[in-house]
Amino acid sequence: MTATITLPEKVEMKKTREGFGRALVALGEQDPRIVVLVGDLSESTMVHFFAEKFPERFIQVGVAEQNMCGIAAGLAAMGKIPFFSTYGAFASCRAADQIRVTVAYTNLNVKIAGAHGGISVGPDGATHQAMEEISIIRSIPNMSMIVPCDYWETYKATLAAAKHVGPVYIRFGREDVPVVTGEHTPFAFGRGEVFAEGRDLTLIACGVMVYEALRARETLATLGISARVVDLHTVKPIDRELIARSARETGAIVTAEEHQVNGGLGGAVAEVVVQQSPVPMELVAVQDRFGQSGKPAELMDAFGLRAKDIVVAAQKVMERKRARG
Amino acid sequence: MSSAAPGAAELEAAHRSGRLEWPVERLTAKALDIRRDIVTLLSKSQTGHSGGPLSCADFGTALFFHELNIDPANPRWPERDYWHFSIGHVTPVIYSLMAERGYFPLRDLMKFRTFEGHAQGHPSAHDTPGIEVSAGSLGQGLSVCNGVAMGARIDHHPRRIYCVMGDGEQQEGQIWEAAMFAAHYRLDHLCGIIDYNHKQIDGDVEDIMGVKPLADKWRSFNWNVIECDGHDIPGILRSFAAARAHGGRPSVIIADTVMGRGVSYMADDYRWHGKPPKPDQAETALQELGTSYAEWSARLLAH
Repeated sequence: MTATITLPEKVEMKKTREGFGRALVALGEQDPRIVVLVGDLSESTMVHFFAEKFPERFIQVGVAEQNMCGIAAGLAAMGKIPFFSTYGAFASCRAADQIRVTVAYTNLNVKIAGAHGGISVGPDGATHQAMEEISIIRSIPNMSMIVPCDYWETYKATLAAAKHVGPVYIRFGREDVPVVTGEHTPFAFGRGEVFAEGRDLTLIACGVMVYEALRARETLATLGISARVVDLHTVKPIDRELIARSARETGAIVTAEEHQVNGGLGGAVAEVVVQQSPVPMELVAVQDRFGQSGKPAELMDAFGLRAKDIVVAAQKVMERKRARG
Repeated sequence: MSSAAPGAAELEAAHRSGRLEWPVERLTAKALDIRRDIVTLLSKSQTGHSGGPLSCADFGTALFFHELNIDPANPRWPERDYWHFSIGHVTPVIYSLMAERGYFPLRDLMKFRTFEGHAQGHPSAHDTPGIEVSAGSLGQGLSVCNGVAMGARIDHHPRRIYCVMGDGEQQEGQIWEAAMFAAHYRLDHLCGIIDYNHKQIDGDVEDIMGVKPLADKWRSFNWNVIECDGHDIPGILRSFAAARAHGGRPSVIIADTVMGRGVSYMADDYRWHGKPPKPDQAETALQELGTSYAEWSARLLAH
């Protein structure tokens, strides 16, 4: 499905994590099985909305992410739909063994909300800028993973995660980010969305980089390059059909993610491309380095995660495409 | 003094749903069967742990054949108590208890750790009916039991929850995160059992990384601590009753045991933590346990 998203000059800004927090309240009203756990980060992860409304189904675990993951597993084993929330760095790394052995191996219906993903976390610096979650989580069997691009998509991803039976990791950020989608923009778990059509290459992005890709498309158009933009919110299970089709139809791909280049979205897309329809690819991502303190905007610039970086990558991939004839 | 292999009627009696509340004499006989199962299946598989399973055999039998409210024919029976071995490596005793209680046929024990059997090296919910949450990485089980206990509280369900831990496992930090949580939320329907056999793979627990004073540690975490001889079945039953009667705090039973208990040459020897007896060693062990490999493997394969 093509949503055809055209950005206005000034875009509304809103936090993805607020979409998560609001969706939890909606879920809590619909389904008594929803239980929310937090590791001393109620307001940061915005689960305080749920806590106020459903105190009997809210569990404060304190600073103990491994324990929290296990508790969520036990709740899921008893038929609950637990969401546990903390920063992505702690959810994906601190509790990685608990996710692997207790949650994923058992295939329990646990939902993991990793806030503060990406370099845009800003002043907290490298320890709190989670940039490895995609690589870690997608390598674990039975795990699914969604990296929504904005407030509304996070809202929908949270509802979709609750509906999907099995463990799901949702990654969202800290900052206000451009609202690209609307309440009625199509969203289906496991399926990418074409946000804008194009002939010459495909920009495949997740998270806040979807906005940057849409902006890059505008610039590329002025250079006579027609770029398709795909919002690949579900990183696993990945939409192989859409990726292969985009490779075939446009002949070149640039991926963009606010995440390490090793094993992230770009790697996941490349795995499909090389097997199904090899075309030139460029990967816009963090180049195997830790983050640092700074303002979110200056970090996005410094780490090469802007529309202009996507444009450069697109020009490179177009050269390679032309060289192939 | 070979005791006759139990017939179908006796096996069936062990498969009933609900709490069996067997008397001491019957539990003692069943614990002997469990030890025979453990040695026989390890002799067959030639892979797996010997020491811990044997130290868990007595309180494990008391748990499965006296204390737990379960229905082996219907492992997800809504009324059930929840049991969990956080020490996933003691699968020989876990599977033996499960099979003797009726979760799956005894013959499955003879396919322990094989490609064609369901009985994985460490318990797998995906493979074995009745294993609810997989385990194998130490330190994680008490957290799972916390979650089950919180779920029961949300549902106002009278379920009791039992978590078997190891003494070496007490070295894992997550145990103490979980201990803090259970006391904070006053999970008095949760009962931990520690197989305090004083040994771990590399040697004596106190030499490797001391856990003493273990009871004081748990007391300081605001748990109701019950200490007992983990091979004295009447004492174990009294401990379960005390845990059940205690309100307002979770209970932990520190069961003082002997690694490899029941097999003379294994007893109290850490080198038997993680290896199986060779067939001739197993035969010696089974003779000590009043049977033979031929007799006991035939019994397992017949059911």
